[in-house]
Amino acid sequence: MRELSLHLLDIAENSIAAGAKNITMSIEENSSTDLLKLKVIDDGRGMDQDTVKKVIDPFVTSRTTRKVGLGIPLLKEAAEACNGSLDLSSELGKGTALVVTFQNSHIDRMPLGDIPTTFLNLLVSNPFVHWIFIYRINDKEFFFDDEEIKTTLGDVPLTEPEILKVVREIIDTGISEVRTKNN
Amino acid sequence: MATIKSLEDLKRAREEALKKRELKASSGTVQVIVGMGTCGIAAGARDTMKAILETIEKDSINGVLVTQTGCVGVCEKEPIVQVILGENPKVSYGKVTPEIARLIVKEHVVNGKIVEKNVIQL
Repeated sequence: MRELSLHLLDIAENSIAAGAKNITMSIEENSSTDLLKLKVIDDGRGMDQDTVKKVIDPFVTSRTTRKVGLGIPLLKEAAEACNGSLDLSSELGKGTALVVTFQNSHIDRMPLGDIPTTFLNLLVSNPFVHWIFIYRINDKEFFFDDEEIKTTLGDVPLTEPEILKVVREIIDTGISEVRTKNN
Repeated sequence: MATIKSLEDLKRAREEALKKRELKASSGTVQVIVGMGTCGIAAGARDTMKAILETIEKDSINGVLVTQTGCVGVCEKEPIVQVILGENPKVSYGKVTPEIARLIVKEHVVNGKIVEKNVIQL
């Protein structure tokens, strides 16, 4: 995957698969510390410590009972190549928090890519998850909580064209405002 | 985030969508499912889904539910899109580029005509 926003989409799929009802995804760029921090926090079923280790480093442990993908190890490698790190903490029955940092200006740092599409796809195709998306550059922030939108919509799905247009515009505008205000 | 103005817009959009859905209610529901496992995403599923949503928005296609699923076990055929039209059996498509996705929406979802050349058997 060539975009961090694709990795975020992939990580969120783990949260969905873990039965999360609430998922918060945030992207924070800070120019004074030169850090890019990505977080995905969920209240899914969580993992025990053995599983956490295996998910991070699937080739090292001997456990073979669970099938795990390569999404997290690949992201960890990408972060470490940019003086960053990946931290995965999880508790059974409580949820999982994944935090990845990168040296923002590092030459090998993957581009963020199409963030609005990642947000919109997750929101629209997982209507039973309560989503919070945050995109922050320094002190400018786009904070998106889908609760108000879902209350307003009631039983009308997000995939109706009229609704898609409004929601897509809220996300597109929010993200581009954070970007322009920082230039 | 959601300003007063956008909430007003949303309410208006909801009313509009409701009216159109009533008109369409008799033709049954359509469900479009996009495979979003790591394999799907790596193969381009995000842009496939983007193309589906854009087509729904641009062509004002009401009454379609777009959802996602994880890996369905045929990673080499990703991105995979499945269409369920009313009571009909599920039709699966493989290697669905954004271009093919637009075609599937226009032909299958809107006109009920299966895009045979991209159908796969799961």
